[in-house]
Amino acid sequence: MAPWNRQIEELPPDELRQLQYRLAKSLIRRLYETSEFYRRRMKEHDVRPDDIGSLADIGKLPFMYKGDLRDNYPDGLFCAQKDELVRYHVSSGTTGKPTVVGYTRQDIENWSESLARAFSSCGLGRGDVLQVSYGYGLFTGGLGVHYGAERVGATVLPTSVGNTERQIELMQDLHTTAIACTPSYLLHMGEVAEKMGVSIKNDTDLRIGILGAEPWSEQMRGRLEEWLGIRAYDIYGTSELSGPMFTECSEQQGIHIWGDIALVEVVDPETGEALPPGERGEMVVTMLQKEAFPLVRYRIGDITVLDEEPCACGRTHPRIRRIQGRVDDMLIVRGINVFPSQVEHVLLEIPEVGRHFQIVIDRKGALDTMLVRVEVSEEAFSDKITELMVIKKAVEHRLKTTLNVAVGVELVEPGTLPRFEGKSKKVVDRRSL
Amino acid sequence: MEKSYIIKQISIFSENRPGRLAAVAGALRDAGINIFAFSIAEANGFGVVRALVNRPEDAHRTLTGLGFRVSFTDVIGVKMRDEPGGLSEVASVLGDAGINIEYAYAYSGKDAAVLILRVDKVEDAVRQILDHGGELLKASLFR
Repeated sequence: MAPWNRQIEELPPDELRQLQYRLAKSLIRRLYETSEFYRRRMKEHDVRPDDIGSLADIGKLPFMYKGDLRDNYPDGLFCAQKDELVRYHVSSGTTGKPTVVGYTRQDIENWSESLARAFSSCGLGRGDVLQVSYGYGLFTGGLGVHYGAERVGATVLPTSVGNTERQIELMQDLHTTAIACTPSYLLHMGEVAEKMGVSIKNDTDLRIGILGAEPWSEQMRGRLEEWLGIRAYDIYGTSELSGPMFTECSEQQGIHIWGDIALVEVVDPETGEALPPGERGEMVVTMLQKEAFPLVRYRIGDITVLDEEPCACGRTHPRIRRIQGRVDDMLIVRGINVFPSQVEHVLLEIPEVGRHFQIVIDRKGALDTMLVRVEVSEEAFSDKITELMVIKKAVEHRLKTTLNVAVGVELVEPGTLPRFEGKSKKVVDRRSL
Repeated sequence: MEKSYIIKQISIFSENRPGRLAAVAGALRDAGINIFAFSIAEANGFGVVRALVNRPEDAHRTLTGLGFRVSFTDVIGVKMRDEPGGLSEVASVLGDAGINIEYAYAYSGKDAAVLILRVDKVEDAVRQILDHGGELLKASLFR
């Protein structure tokens, strides 16, 4: 689809980096001059704005953590005057205090611009009816997507969450062509629709899903696309960044991060060392244009891979791959970072075993051992030990290839593995360190 | 003809830890199902319990309902002379006919010794045994 802002979206990469440098430089100078927090942090790390002589010098600046946001609740990190704020959003804060994000008029403007580019890149625009089934209110999802969609000229149907049957009726009556919601809610919607005798694929005009705000997989994308007759796009953002901000383009090969809005680094979650593009690590974000609630080298906690290869869509801005887990879930086995979500992805591709699993980490002598317990699927259960051993070996091989660490696989009886989500039951770490 | 000698054996996936056989056997006891013969094949960390029972369909349903992975496998039961050379006779017939034995287990009862066989060509095996004057258990004993 045609870019929303071709001049910036197709900027040659070296010019984009120069632009990022100029924006970063003026951001750092502004924060040093106006923010008590940033000035103190930089002094503690013995960095001055003049030390930033290239884009790479951003690496001299200290990281920011979620704890910094918590410690400065509610507005200690704000860099705008109270009367410049036009909106607050508040994140739910499942642990500790919530995070309050303030926005100036320009912040809302940039947020909408970011989403306007994103929506255009997945083919959403004038003539579309976008049903926004993200929550409206303190959560950033509803209002954020709403403003971005209005910006591209789409007609917004602000259904917010809940009352699924009514949502499906409206989807039919008002000819919704696109929906923004969580992937699990869309799945639920499809099921409710079927119970009502409505096939979303055949009986509605829905053609695009903008899905996010929770982890999901390629397998789920395939299922939703085929079942509902749509193209499903991943959307990324967190309240700290402003809200949902970035999506995949029509190529569906990663999420474009607009370089003039955010500078993304990927670092080793343990050491904080920068990792080259293509390597999995923790995303670190600097928001280059935010006024009210800036972020510099913020350790967002999401695990991804940075992709700087040119995209077939023609946009030059770097992409991140689908979020592959949270730093909090990371295990270190023989010095290698391993995420339970990687194990899950591998298992989903092997029909001979179920999707449930348990990881057991132990230490034999000086060496860590990793065991993955899986259930044999009904179709694959064979009376022959040799065939079961082939399955076991195949799973071991696939896991080793993906994780880069030797994995033992144990076949267990069905129904014996934990069904519910959460690290506590999925991972058993027996190492006494 | 050959089919009337093909017996449905039940195979149950089991983890290799204490109490698993007791769980299988207890479930069959509670369902009033009799076990004629069984064996356990074990691998690294898991095993397969194989059993000939009087009501294979009921056993399958009972165990599946309890969450076990269960499958049926076609086997034959060959009566052997319970004296030196008994096994040799049966094995030679199959070997000479180019039929491969994938696994086997045996029991020695009041009437005769019985060899339970899982072979690659089950109908050929039945024919060969019968042609050589051997005796097979009828599948009708197990249903």
